[in-house]
Amino acid sequence: MLLYASVLLIVIGLYGLLTNRNVIKIILSLNVLEIGLNIFIITVGFLDLEEAIAPIITLQQRASVIVVDPLPQALVLTAIVIGVGTTAIGLSLAKKMYDKYHTFNLDEMGEE
Amino acid sequence: MKKILAFIFAITLGVMIILSLSNNELFTDFGDTNHYDGISSGYITSEVGGDEEPALVPVNIVTGILVDYRGFDTLGEVTVLFVSSIGVALLLGVASPKRINLNFKPNFMLSVGSRALFGVMFLTGIYIVLHAKTSPGGSFPGGAMIASSILILYLSNDTFRTDVSKFKLGKSLAASGFVLVGLIGLLFTGEFLANFHPFIMDTILVLIAIDVAGGIVGIIDNFLTEERV
Amino acid sequence: MSEFLASLEFINYIEMVVSVLLVVLAIFTLTMKSLIKSVLFLSSLSMLSVVSFVLLKAPDVAITEAVIGSGLVTTLFVFTLLYVHQKERDVS
Repeated sequence: MLLYASVLLIVIGLYGLLTNRNVIKIILSLNVLEIGLNIFIITVGFLDLEEAIAPIITLQQRASVIVVDPLPQALVLTAIVIGVGTTAIGLSLAKKMYDKYHTFNLDEMGEE
Repeated sequence: MKKILAFIFAITLGVMIILSLSNNELFTDFGDTNHYDGISSGYITSEVGGDEEPALVPVNIVTGILVDYRGFDTLGEVTVLFVSSIGVALLLGVASPKRINLNFKPNFMLSVGSRALFGVMFLTGIYIVLHAKTSPGGSFPGGAMIASSILILYLSNDTFRTDVSKFKLGKSLAASGFVLVGLIGLLFTGEFLANFHPFIMDTILVLIAIDVAGGIVGIIDNFLTEERV
Repeated sequence: MSEFLASLEFINYIEMVVSVLLVVLAIFTLTMKSLIKSVLFLSSLSMLSVVSFVLLKAPDVAITEAVIGSGLVTTLFVFTLLYVHQKERDVS
């Protein structure tokens, strides 16, 4: 279920990215796409078993206990922090655009 | 017309993703992954790091991957955050900064309550960073929580500005300290960012937390200041 | 009674509800006319994705998303909109 929901989130984010003409809305769509992508990458490493646990175990237990895949989680952890960086850069660009054109709409900017 | 095209394009992408997921031998079904065949099993049993003592292997495997086995990736990621913080400062920074006047007068309860909340959030951030090896969390959320506690102070007082230059200094020192710790590993064992002493991992965790906190506080301060008229 | 509750497999129902709500909130985020409402729906979408991360057994990612995605990103959006509001008031 969550796999299909994440694919739908990616589709919705891409549609918003292609159709919106408002800068803030474009950055919002990018964030929606990013959340969907993060859930998708996590589902890749998920084990749907009762005995599978989160990857926090001591070294002695590691041979006997089944854990979910820790590698996608580490990759998503870095992706979230980088997402803040890209959002901050995009919003500061939007702020500069507003200072110059007094609007967020890309179509109205071109008329000047 | 443009919207219909965009709709068709997006739906096609979604259908193609779902079609490529089903009946694919390289890509297992949901909840049926077999990662014990791949590189992850090396991380889980800590074969990748060589024959290590139990004291050197963190209980939280994700922290182990981030700081030890894939420490070089984390160094690049810290650099990205550093560069984005510099980019925001370049776009929004001004010569003589002053707080944006939001016409927002916090009442007594809000200003006192947020100051009490500041202490709790700051200490929780430090706790999460220091216990990253044994409990969920890690240095990224810990550093972000420290930055959020500073943000609370910004909201509690209309004229408050933190000493950003100290955070900038801490951010730069932490990023260079990360490389320095890697070079220490290179010097002693011949591998960059080698994990040969428990102290190494603790140092890297604290340095990442300082770097993340400094970067995010710098971004928030740039968003809340403007040119003094 | 407790055996009956255990046989229902609650976790699957939670997963279904979270999946549907994720999609609904994403659609709300992109269709709201007012920008501040969109931003608040993005914040709640982020918060729900935290629940999905917990269901997928990724506590580290859940904590990071709760602090960063739902807290800091929302404040950055709100600061930008506040700045614009301030400028509009200065002009008029």
